[in-house]
Amino acid sequence: MSATLNRIGLQRDAYKGAATTLCAGCGHNSITNHMVKALYELGVEPHRLAKMSGIGCSSKTPAYFVETAHGFNGVHGRMPSLTTGAQLANRQLIMLGVSGDGDTASIGLGQFMHMIRRNIDCTYIIEDNGTYGLTKGQFSATADIGSVQKKGAVNTFQPIDPCAVALTLGCSFVARSFSGDGKQVVPLIKAAIAHRGTAIIDIVSPCVTFNDHDGSTKSYSWVKDHEESIADVSFVPFFEEVHVDYEPGTVRDVELHDGSHIMLKKLGEDHDPTDRRAAGHLVTGLLYLDTTMEDFATTEHIPDMPLKDLSEGELRMTRDDFDTFMSEFA
Amino acid sequence: MERAPPRSQTCLVGCTRRVTFLIRHQRNELTEQIINDLTIQAATVNGSGSQTANLVLTRAIFKMGIPVAPKNVFPSNIEGLPTWYQLRITPAGHMARTDQVDVLVAFNPSTWREDLKSVRAGGAVIHEEAFSNAEARADVTYYPVPFSKLAKSKIQSETLRKQLANMIYVGVVAGLLGIPWDAIEHGVKRQFLTKPKAVQVNLDAIKVGLDYWKDNFSKTDPYRLEPMTGLVEGKVLVEGNQAAALGALMGGVTVAAWYPITPSSSLCEYLIAYTDRYRIDPATGEKRVAIVQAEDELAAVGMAIGAGWAGARSMTSTSGPGISLMAEFAGLGYYAEVPVVIFDIQRIGPSTGLPTRTSQGDIGFAYTLSHGDTKHLVLLPGTVEECYEFARDAFDYAERFQTPVFVLSDLDLGMNLWMTPAFKYPEKPFDRGKVLSKEDLDRLGGQWARYKDVDGDAVTYRTLPGTDHPSAGFFTRGSGHDESARYTENADAYARNMDRLSRKLETARAVLPAPIVDEATGSKVGLIAFGSTHAAVLEAREALAAAGRPVDYLRLRALPLSSEVAAFVARHESVYVVEQNRDGQVFDLIRLDLPAGLVERLKSIRHYNGQPIPAIAISEPLLQAEPVPA
Repeated sequence: MSATLNRIGLQRDAYKGAATTLCAGCGHNSITNHMVKALYELGVEPHRLAKMSGIGCSSKTPAYFVETAHGFNGVHGRMPSLTTGAQLANRQLIMLGVSGDGDTASIGLGQFMHMIRRNIDCTYIIEDNGTYGLTKGQFSATADIGSVQKKGAVNTFQPIDPCAVALTLGCSFVARSFSGDGKQVVPLIKAAIAHRGTAIIDIVSPCVTFNDHDGSTKSYSWVKDHEESIADVSFVPFFEEVHVDYEPGTVRDVELHDGSHIMLKKLGEDHDPTDRRAAGHLVTGLLYLDTTMEDFATTEHIPDMPLKDLSEGELRMTRDDFDTFMSEFA
Repeated sequence: MERAPPRSQTCLVGCTRRVTFLIRHQRNELTEQIINDLTIQAATVNGSGSQTANLVLTRAIFKMGIPVAPKNVFPSNIEGLPTWYQLRITPAGHMARTDQVDVLVAFNPSTWREDLKSVRAGGAVIHEEAFSNAEARADVTYYPVPFSKLAKSKIQSETLRKQLANMIYVGVVAGLLGIPWDAIEHGVKRQFLTKPKAVQVNLDAIKVGLDYWKDNFSKTDPYRLEPMTGLVEGKVLVEGNQAAALGALMGGVTVAAWYPITPSSSLCEYLIAYTDRYRIDPATGEKRVAIVQAEDELAAVGMAIGAGWAGARSMTSTSGPGISLMAEFAGLGYYAEVPVVIFDIQRIGPSTGLPTRTSQGDIGFAYTLSHGDTKHLVLLPGTVEECYEFARDAFDYAERFQTPVFVLSDLDLGMNLWMTPAFKYPEKPFDRGKVLSKEDLDRLGGQWARYKDVDGDAVTYRTLPGTDHPSAGFFTRGSGHDESARYTENADAYARNMDRLSRKLETARAVLPAPIVDEATGSKVGLIAFGSTHAAVLEAREALAAAGRPVDYLRLRALPLSSEVAAFVARHESVYVVEQNRDGQVFDLIRLDLPAGLVERLKSIRHYNGQPIPAIAISEPLLQAEPVPA
């Protein structure tokens, strides 16, 4: 195999999309690049990928990777419901959702929570910049209390932390990261895709135009100074042999649904996910993982064969059954 | 003959006063026997089990070969508020509600005085003995029955006493009307198909009522039931929501998402029951359908659209408030061209309105649901058989035209039992529409464009996610897009696309169910109606013909309007649009569609008090406006 081809014989370019229309330096563009890298290295078949999004800067990004895959840019905050329906129509699809903090923590908070409650098999990436970029810089619900808008207004409200919400709901995969930390984001995306269930990755992604100034807690400089990774994350896909570099006992190795492994090497003392603001730190890494929880389609006994492909003979009752059924109304 | 004025609010455009002209009833001689032509109204307390008793009675009479038309008038309440069940029995098989009550079963002390007023002169009143009939009417026959005492002394089970007390009145009615015991037995067994243990205890309770009748009363009223033949053979009793659920199953639905709301909930609940029976692989336990109770209507329609986009036959079902919430997604479905079927079982609005009362008030809203220029395909079933057929075919239309299809039923059609011929097994395969497979894309050398009108019918080709071809993928979006589905804000591209969507509606206009036209009367006067109003129109036409004013009839079955509608108006001097909403929503739609010279011919008859429209609400105003020539 050529070094530039992945396991299904595609070049990295096959995972690229249209040119971005976001601002130069936008954190979202970095995440797009991480996505390309993760999908390329995993060898995801583009035709099996379904890129889902809501409305906003973040939700534009599915157009900027894997151009040959199907994508659906829906309505504001409603990516989870579209994803749920598409996943049920065809369990063979790899559902990859991208939404923003406006989508997730405001208009779509209900759908976000209910998707987690059902444990729909999908990856849900929140490109979280604490601001409404397309409408010129209003605070979003993830903005920290006391953080300052570009023009000086101070946010007086408690933030909604999507990871804390996900944890309280028992989400089967909860992670946080930073768009500038590709070393962490890429294995997290891979693990999220390998995970069968709802995998949330809240990625702080600075808005260079409206929220990258002093007083913002979603700026490049603030996050660089305050990021506290709880563990080094490495991912070994199912098609590679597990090869451990770490000393025995220092690494937690979890096998995922498709046979891949995620390995977590603890860096510091135990983190407390409920103590999110006390230290003024942005805790990143894989915060929670439960590989035993059934995803919705499994619980509902949905067949692996896509429902969309079932024929008349498989969907209609037989003529005899129909006659019997009708006679019961007599 | 005295009778109460109709409760319906009937309004005639251009007419400022309430119309009170009455068609003279043909049964003035009350001393004669009246056989198989009467309306029973049971006034009971919600949550007391009265519905079971009413259904036993209905099935028993149906078993005698007599056409029945039940209407359940129930409150938005779990227990305690008044509820009424009207069982109309006519040899002609009239299925509309009537304001005229022949036999009252008064079980509810709180409504007793008002209920008594609803009985026609000469009618029969079965009532709890404890209710005082002092100062009551002298022109009806009373049959006082000590229901409470009988229940206490004759029904042993304390836990079942409340429910079984209702069965006692079934026995009294059976005695009064002469319902044979074998018909009663059938009714009970049919009602307790899944609970055979309950049959005997219910029959015993009915026997208590029947014995009381035999021991205490001799008949002084004219009403009788006698077995008939030739009218109900081959017919069944089905609720519109049952029919629609069966239609969805046979139409191949594979993803359904819903949020509970009266009067739509039972549609998806029946779908769950039917698919549990017919869509589970006994070998593997796998279920060939996904049904999700969503967190709200926003999510319900979102799931259905997501599934439709991914290639499933998908649906949601709701009522007015849910339709309001679905507006944004409906626009996405229209503009991004995603198939989905949306059932609206209408109740009366606006806002919460009367949640358990019927209406045709969503039609104008549903037709253009969304911001921006939007028009949807709307199917208007007028019978339970059409609830089945249109539900089934809606999935074909949605996939063929790649757009949301609304099926507008209502509480009356959806939740009441209707007598109908048994439904037919579908002979046609599914129409999955223009979907390009991997092989198609190979053949085209990968050259295709999602929104390019190749065939000239404005319906374009799509691919489904999961199609293993490098050219298959495209980006679906609710924002501006060109023929290749790329984002654009280009003015020409936007207008071109919107014009094509408009032409797509024209393609659909000719394909959707055509109106059913009956011009056999040769009259210069026509009626246009749709949906559940159909039953009242059929009866009103009989009454009008008998009164010397026959009228032609066009029954609308879909929007956009068929060209048949304007042609029908052109062939008549005046045409009355009958509908169950205040504003004449379809009247307005038709007027907008008519050439200027025909607009004045169109008139409006509206009924909007939440009760299913009775025939008299059509025949009265029509006779007022179009008097019979001297």
